[in-house]
Amino acid sequence: MEATVAKTGTEGKKWGGGSRPLNASYGKLMMWFFIVSDALTFSGFIASYGFSRFKFIDAWPIADQVFTHVPFLHGVPAPMYYVAFMTLVLIFSSVTMVLAVDAGHKMKQSKVAWYMFFTIIGGAIFVGSQAWEWATFIKGDFGAIETKGGKILQFLNKDGERVAIADFTKHIPSERTLHEKKNGIWYAEEPVTPTTFTYEEVKTSFLADENLLIRTQYLDEHGHPTVLSREESVAKLVNDGKLVVEGANLIRNEYGHPLFANFFFFITGFHGFHVFSGVIINIIIFFNVILGTYERRKSYEMVEKVGLYWHFVDLVWVFVFTFFYLV
Amino acid sequence: MAHEHKLEIFRGLVKFKSNISKIWGVFAFLCAVTAVEVVLGIIKPESLTGSRILAMKTLNWIFIILTLVKAYYITWDFMHMRDELKSLRRAVVWTAVFLICYLILILLLEGGYIFDVYKDNYIKFNF
Repeated sequence: MEATVAKTGTEGKKWGGGSRPLNASYGKLMMWFFIVSDALTFSGFIASYGFSRFKFIDAWPIADQVFTHVPFLHGVPAPMYYVAFMTLVLIFSSVTMVLAVDAGHKMKQSKVAWYMFFTIIGGAIFVGSQAWEWATFIKGDFGAIETKGGKILQFLNKDGERVAIADFTKHIPSERTLHEKKNGIWYAEEPVTPTTFTYEEVKTSFLADENLLIRTQYLDEHGHPTVLSREESVAKLVNDGKLVVEGANLIRNEYGHPLFANFFFFITGFHGFHVFSGVIINIIIFFNVILGTYERRKSYEMVEKVGLYWHFVDLVWVFVFTFFYLV
Repeated sequence: MAHEHKLEIFRGLVKFKSNISKIWGVFAFLCAVTAVEVVLGIIKPESLTGSRILAMKTLNWIFIILTLVKAYYITWDFMHMRDELKSLRRAVVWTAVFLICYLILILLLEGGYIFDVYKDNYIKFNF
């Protein structure tokens, strides 16, 4: 090697090469740089969420009216508890990770393996919880009506409690006719995905039940969604209503503005993807620990590097939690 | 490889005996902060949602400050930023903080502006 490297006259100086000016190895430094760039990606997502929210500040869904579900407690509104649980799981898996790093510094192979194992379990619980949260969000619970302007109308009773569409709507017997080639353009399809009830059915049942009111997505000065009087509700539904929305997807969202659903899917999805890949990387390192790779290498620095990534995933969740569920 | 850990947190107010006890201490602190956030998020006290400091609800200020506190301890103690050289610390933290603040400033101002355009001008979303 000596023969091929030109002398620069800086040998032995701090930046002359061969030394570590930042006192961190190449791998750790690169992990930090990756984390900075990934943090910028996430902040891009979260800042654009803020942008859209500020753009529709008077009509943005309130998170604790959206995420009110806890597994096995069906029908019990419990805002925040489940997300809080997910946050704690992730923070705890961060703790086991940093304990693994600490055990790695002391070259204790079996301890590193156990702590890595707990970290993997924590990550898996978190990803599973997120999948459950997504499924609940996509399925929806009360259903809503979308207006011609793309706004959402939700139903309340006179006591101000939410009422599900399925609870007051009766089916009107009708037959769906098969569209045959001979009747017209052969490639025509149904315009929207069929829902359990049609707008006409909801409208008829709503007009028949004096107890029902409509809540719009516009917020009043106290930050609560506006509730219309019975006359206003009827007028709103009859004049502006267009179709039934059940659950949330990238185009329609029964909880309010579709952008809320889009950002929910993209931000928590991108974060969930990070957790998922973190779990995969942790599993690889876990097996390396068990196989004794780092014992032979006499350094557990790889554990430290994946640890940095894992903590970063936790760090991002702290922000997602605040900006999606709290603020 | 020797690993030196700085064992005091809260500017030296609390000093732990070992790295492991420091980890558990920080964990307890993070749990406490999260608990405060969750309780405030569920109760949403009227006094905090009604009042505003610098155009933002007091409650939201509390949430954001607590989040930054949590982020600080995760980075400093779990990611061992406390033990790194000042130069590495600044290269990572200042870069990210500056760019993120700038991004947020621009996007939120622009979002607020577009809201005003929708509200006060000819484009109406009241149907």
